[in-house]
Amino acid sequence: MSTLILRTVAPALTALMLLFSVFVLLRGHNEPGGGFIGGLIAVSALAIYGIAFGVGAVRRAIRFHPMAIAGAGLLLATLSGFLSIFFGVPFMTGLWVYPVIFDVEVPLSTVMSFDLGVYLVVVGAIISIALALEQEPGPELGGEED
Amino acid sequence: MATPATTTAIDLSAALVLAPTALADWLVVAPVALMIGFGAVLMMVRKSVRLHGAIAIAGLVLLVLLDAALLWRVSAHGPVTMVMGRWLPPFGIAFTADLFGAVMALAAAVVALAAGIFALRDIDAGGRRYGFFPFLMLLMAGVSGAFLTGDIFNLYVWFEVLLISSFGLLILGSEPEQIDGALKYAILNLIGTTLFLIAVGYLYAIFGTLNMADIARKAASLRGTAPLTTLTALFILAFAMKAAAFPVNFWLPASYHTPRVVVSALFGGLLTKIGIYALVRVTIMLFPVEREALSLTVAVAAALTMIVGGLGALAQSDVRRLVGYVVIAGIGNMMAGVAIGTPAAVSGAILYALHSVVAMTALYLLAGEAARLGGAWSLSRLGGLWRQAPWFSGVSFLLFIAAAGLPPLSGLWPKVALLKASLDIGAWWLAAAILVSAFLITLALARVFLLAYWRPRPEPAAGTVAGDWRITLPLGGLTALVVLFGLLPEPLLDLAYGAASGLADPAAYVESVFPAATMERGAVR
Repeated sequence: MSTLILRTVAPALTALMLLFSVFVLLRGHNEPGGGFIGGLIAVSALAIYGIAFGVGAVRRAIRFHPMAIAGAGLLLATLSGFLSIFFGVPFMTGLWVYPVIFDVEVPLSTVMSFDLGVYLVVVGAIISIALALEQEPGPELGGEED
Repeated sequence: MATPATTTAIDLSAALVLAPTALADWLVVAPVALMIGFGAVLMMVRKSVRLHGAIAIAGLVLLVLLDAALLWRVSAHGPVTMVMGRWLPPFGIAFTADLFGAVMALAAAVVALAAGIFALRDIDAGGRRYGFFPFLMLLMAGVSGAFLTGDIFNLYVWFEVLLISSFGLLILGSEPEQIDGALKYAILNLIGTTLFLIAVGYLYAIFGTLNMADIARKAASLRGTAPLTTLTALFILAFAMKAAAFPVNFWLPASYHTPRVVVSALFGGLLTKIGIYALVRVTIMLFPVEREALSLTVAVAAALTMIVGGLGALAQSDVRRLVGYVVIAGIGNMMAGVAIGTPAAVSGAILYALHSVVAMTALYLLAGEAARLGGAWSLSRLGGLWRQAPWFSGVSFLLFIAAAGLPPLSGLWPKVALLKASLDIGAWWLAAAILVSAFLITLALARVFLLAYWRPRPEPAAGTVAGDWRITLPLGGLTALVVLFGLLPEPLLDLAYGAASGLADPAAYVESVFPAATMERGAVR
């Protein structure tokens, strides 16, 4: 699959898709989108990169083990829910802050950090499946161990 | 003129619960959130297998403490509810713990801790890198969620969570035999879960709500028009499949003997009991009238499950398979309680479930240790354990007595309660099935004791006897619980009766979700 055309286009395409996945993630609060679909787009980006340059390149590029990424996302989502314990409201209640950065009001919420957690869980879980499927059969067929 | 409809319209501000949440209410979600959090941390440090044991045990100890605090609070102040995201029930997902849910959650946490300690030795570095402890945490998140949720679709979600974790645990090691067992387990459980989902879909179409307290409130008014008996039958089939009741029990003996022994122990102790929990919750609390109509069918299934379990246990020569049939026989007993349906019978079923959670886990751990000492799973090759490990044999003897339901240990009281309840309604044949099944299980376990413990060893000893705390502590602890409950049954009998009456008359449960003070929806009722 690794043709010259694909290898030339893949980095640009991957970067663009990753950017788009973040856009979809943030857009998801009020419009179609969100952590789940954003995560899937990010995984597609990494999968294209993997098809062009091999599984090892993707693993180096994402730095962390896919399962660790998923774990971090799960933890972030859980902690977002727990934050409301300090405000006398039930688990998973949305909490907002409105910091003004460079004269622009940026609404941030636990809803968003929860969605970011979902994004990371999807990226971590699906990319570990995708990499295991893309991996050349060989001595490391055990997949996600390396 | 204002029509009555305008008084029931709810604006956005009223759809949020504005009263502040007490810190103690967090106890109802804390077990689940804690387990997910620990699972997440363990996933992040997956490579550092040395840390896994310590983190996991710390998490499970915390879980036991939280569940104990929850049980204490529920028994002191009645059911606890928290609705996610501050939405007014039934719109938000409610977590509601009543006595039944809380006591089951505590029992599950205790055996998970015991299994976790046992796993410190049973699961090697390979198994840990594969993810045993993260899976264990997520399994417990699913189990705790199933016991504590007050929303029937959410119950389905927790079923899925624990099912997916259980797939992971089942194939730990990736041996062909395990894949074979896991495939049967996965397919049959997915069918069961799909049936459950279909039933939930019907239920939503009929009731327009998924909140269990809301369903319990509305069932009476819909009884005349909606096909609730069919719905209940569907739920019963789905949960009976989960619980491994006859005739949908065949997946359990086909899969439970393949994984690591500590995984078998967890599954045998917890997973089937979740099926029973859901069965009791739905049939006793939500659809008692429909359960009455189906009670004969359930009773026949229960009796057959008991007999099949007893005969199966007698026929097996592999110790783990044998224990699997002992689990099935127990499921029959609990279903008998559901079939009878009086508070006394349901409290018998709850007692049996608690006994079974502890005793079956212990029995699997015991089987694993016996096989390690004797070097085989087969009864034809085991022998001489009495001479080799007298203390261990003594513990085994106690557990066998408890599992068979002989006095004076924990298996006796639930059986007595169920026998009395079935004789009270004149179902002598059900009482006979309970007794025959207990007799068959006694024979089967006596056979194990005779062959594996008393018989002189057919071949030279394989394993060594080492007093490893990672084995003696969980086995000893669970046995102590079994003995304690057998000798001092009073507190637990009261607790189970309280739980059963809370299910028979769910007023307190409903009140906890829909407090009269904040309800302006009286017009709807």
